[in-house]
Amino acid sequence: MTDKRPQIIIIVIFLVGFVLLAKLFSIQVLDDSFMKKAERNAVQRIVDHPYRGLIYDRNGKLLVYNDPIFDLMVVPKEFTLEDTTRFLEIFELEKEELEEKFAAAKKYSRVKPSILKKQISTTDFAKIQDYLIDYPGLFITTRSVRSYPEPIGSHALGYIGEISGRGLERDTTDYYKQGDYVGLSGMERYYEDMLRGEKGAKYKMVNVRGIDKGPFKSGAYDTASVEGLNITSTLDMELQKYGEMLMQGKTGSVVAIEPKSGEILSMISAPFYDPNDLTGADFGKNYQALNSLPTKPLFNRPIMAMYPPGSIFKIVQSLIGLQEGIIFPETTFACNRSLVACHNHPSPVNLFGAIRNSCNPYYHQAFRRMINQGVSSNTYKDTEIGLTAWKEKVEKFGLGSSLGMDTGGEKAGSIPSSNYYNRIYGKGRWKYSTIYSLSIGQGELQVTPLQMANLAAIFANKGYYYTPHLVKAVNGDPEKIPAKFRERHDVGVDSRHFNLIQDAMAEAVYGTAGRAVMEDIVIAGKTGTAQNPHGEDHSVFVAFAPKDDPKIAIAVYVENAGWGGRAAASTASLMIEKYLRGEVLRQELQDYVLAGNFIY
Amino acid sequence: MRQDIQVNRVDWGTILIYFALVIIGWFNIYAAVYDGTDAKSIFDFGINSGKQLVWIGTAIVLIILIMAADYRLFENLAIPLYIGFLVLLILTPFVGKEVNGQVLSIGVGSFRIQPSEFAKFATALALAKLMERPTFDLSKPKYQMQAFAVFFIPVILILLQPDTGTAMVYFSLLIMFYREGLPAKYYLLGIGMITIVLLSLGIENNLYLAIAIAAICLFFILLGKRSWQKTVVFSLIGLGLIGLTYSIDFVVSKLPTHQQNRVMVLFNPDIDPLGVGWNVTQSKIAIGSGGMFGKGYLEGTQTKFDFVPAQHTDFIFCTLGEEFGWFGSLVVISLFLALLVRLVIMAERQKNRFSRIYGYCVVSILLFHFMINIAMTIGLFPVIGIPLPFFSYGGSSLWSFTMLLFIFIKMDASRASQLGRLG
Repeated sequence: MTDKRPQIIIIVIFLVGFVLLAKLFSIQVLDDSFMKKAERNAVQRIVDHPYRGLIYDRNGKLLVYNDPIFDLMVVPKEFTLEDTTRFLEIFELEKEELEEKFAAAKKYSRVKPSILKKQISTTDFAKIQDYLIDYPGLFITTRSVRSYPEPIGSHALGYIGEISGRGLERDTTDYYKQGDYVGLSGMERYYEDMLRGEKGAKYKMVNVRGIDKGPFKSGAYDTASVEGLNITSTLDMELQKYGEMLMQGKTGSVVAIEPKSGEILSMISAPFYDPNDLTGADFGKNYQALNSLPTKPLFNRPIMAMYPPGSIFKIVQSLIGLQEGIIFPETTFACNRSLVACHNHPSPVNLFGAIRNSCNPYYHQAFRRMINQGVSSNTYKDTEIGLTAWKEKVEKFGLGSSLGMDTGGEKAGSIPSSNYYNRIYGKGRWKYSTIYSLSIGQGELQVTPLQMANLAAIFANKGYYYTPHLVKAVNGDPEKIPAKFRERHDVGVDSRHFNLIQDAMAEAVYGTAGRAVMEDIVIAGKTGTAQNPHGEDHSVFVAFAPKDDPKIAIAVYVENAGWGGRAAASTASLMIEKYLRGEVLRQELQDYVLAGNFIY
Repeated sequence: MRQDIQVNRVDWGTILIYFALVIIGWFNIYAAVYDGTDAKSIFDFGINSGKQLVWIGTAIVLIILIMAADYRLFENLAIPLYIGFLVLLILTPFVGKEVNGQVLSIGVGSFRIQPSEFAKFATALALAKLMERPTFDLSKPKYQMQAFAVFFIPVILILLQPDTGTAMVYFSLLIMFYREGLPAKYYLLGIGMITIVLLSLGIENNLYLAIAIAAICLFFILLGKRSWQKTVVFSLIGLGLIGLTYSIDFVVSKLPTHQQNRVMVLFNPDIDPLGVGWNVTQSKIAIGSGGMFGKGYLEGTQTKFDFVPAQHTDFIFCTLGEEFGWFGSLVVISLFLALLVRLVIMAERQKNRFSRIYGYCVVSILLFHFMINIAMTIGLFPVIGIPLPFFSYGGSSLWSFTMLLFIFIKMDASRASQLGRLG
């Protein structure tokens, strides 16, 4: 038996070898979870944040850029302090602040850097730069915040901020990480993908105590960050600035569009806020403050506020009537004030006179013809059919749904449908007398200032528009803007019908908005008054100029400023002059608008 | 003429494997301390690889001395060496230097040795000397007692230091006892008890184990011819084993916490990944991340950046596993297997019992170190601090393994000139 024992021992030796190799095979070759764990252990991914793209105005002037800010970092283990007083003086710190920050840093890690002083400005950085070398364990990291040479255009440009939890959830590409900055509103949000660039990554190795041990695989896996694309905006910085000056202290909107392209020259929401307030360290605090103001400066009125279009809608009614062959330039109606109130003017009026004088009874009667065409002998049914057909035509003017411009939050406005009235009054229980106020742009109609400015562009273009937009070029290339902004929309009304409209609008300026008249620049415009059940009516004016070759179409809303002929028309006229002439010669009118007292 | 014969019969294959292991080990020690940002030469005496080179050089001097010595020297020195190291072991706790609550080494200045390392081959020589007598029969209790006495004395002294790991190494000599005729029933009983101990630790509820043991005993009682003696014997064995399962948890709970945790971590490595589990977890990550062919020499991140503790001594295998993968492990394990099998063959061809017993002692000690060291790095065995022979950094370890091995190579080389004293 003993003679077999050496063989048994050899078998045991092989068995040991086999068991060890089998276990090694299972953890080294079969199970790859250890590789991932090893990488998590020793390889740290450091994100290289790209420079966010800049935003220029239409003339190449800088609207938004990146301002480097500097954080003073400290590595507690390496940091020693001999002359505390001098240190506090140089770095402009309070003793308590230093002690508190340093204790927190030590608690976090003795070998990893923590922030000692946040957001040092460029000038302060220049001051302390030379002293840094005297203090081991201190160094500077650079970040950048959005900055604005002029505090204008805040609503259109938007702001960036830390991505929210919901934003992270929505990010299916998994690009964003907690703490990343992302466009939260305006162009910053709409063009986030272009502006943000592409993050890079550096992989570095760390030892068990987290100390940097150089690049992983000599940087073979590192990727450089790609700068964001620069965007040229359609905004005219000078015009925007001038407009914001005029709207100072008022509540309302200005939207100016280049009719031939749909490019938004200026978009003002008053009251405004300084875009520099929503950058950097104080974002949260300032946002809270702005958000709680009763004047709602964060509310983007040009695209979010909705008003009844008022008299200006009469032009749309005229165009639909002309195209349908229901009215003709020579068609006359009596100014029958028993139907609806009107101003004092000669009666009866033809179409030109109706626009010029903004005659309410004219449109009451004309609209009845459009709605009740006798398709059905049942007057209720006939009204319903008529309204549905009419709604379709109005929608072609870009009303009743959002236009799709390049900022978020655009409201649709509303054009009431037959269903809407059916819900309220019951089917077959409403007729023309129920809905007649639509004829003069009142009632259930709701339009945003942007849609109004777009209407002005349609009148200027004689029947078409481009979706209003804020982007003119991407990295200098106008071809790179979204294709939908180069798509022409026709409103379904022949251009010949617009001649009379334009003439009447030019004439109307003389009649209802005398202050807007300029000798050398012919403005075609229409006043409106958006009725306000809560107080003084809102002053509205839409216009385009020059009449014969329109370069600018504009809509101005001044809330609680009464009749459109005063505040809104004056503001619009000054904006037009500023844009077309480059300067404003009518100091008096400017003073009048700036004074903001529109009662006389 | 006699000299020529001796030189010719030196087992060069074994020496080749020895140097292969030492050199691979040396490169791994360099990799373990290598720092990419502050790379020093492998020969730099300021780092462990440079120091190890000194140990290797002195080991070669030792080899030359051993090979040049008369083969009878070791036989004659067996008892004096054994007694000498026993004295050193007794003295160590009083004059030695305390590190982590253990007093392992003695010496002057930076020159320190661990008597417990060298006591291994002294004990092996003493056992060989004791057991070489033709009348010595391990199947008889009298001789069993003698043999166990020789190896228990150093074990107890080492346990007092306390150095459980090295003490455990002595139990590997049971392999030599097995070859020399210690009855197989002891081993069956021992293996059975170890199995039950492990099961008892691994299984939460000891009742299941108790039921299983009772069932097996009942099976043996009912099997074949029934007699009351057999019933009593198996009943007692069954009761004893059940008692054992219940006492294990009690014993474990009485162990010092760090040893308790080392055992429990084996069954659940996630018990405390940042504490006791850290070594095993990190060691497994390092080895496991090596894959089939490893990350390449000096490219390992886990060992290099100190994620694995004791990476150049007891956990040196991690560096190999990480940088050379399973393939590298295969090569090194194959070298060890070849060495061990070669040593068994060499032991069997000895012409006298002394050399054969000593040869099996070498096999036993090397096999135990090799098996336990690698097993602990991959979580198959509790972490006990014993080095990987020829691989791990350290002079005491390299010298003691070198002396252990080359004394046997010397005996083997001189076997032709020895008298056939085989019992």
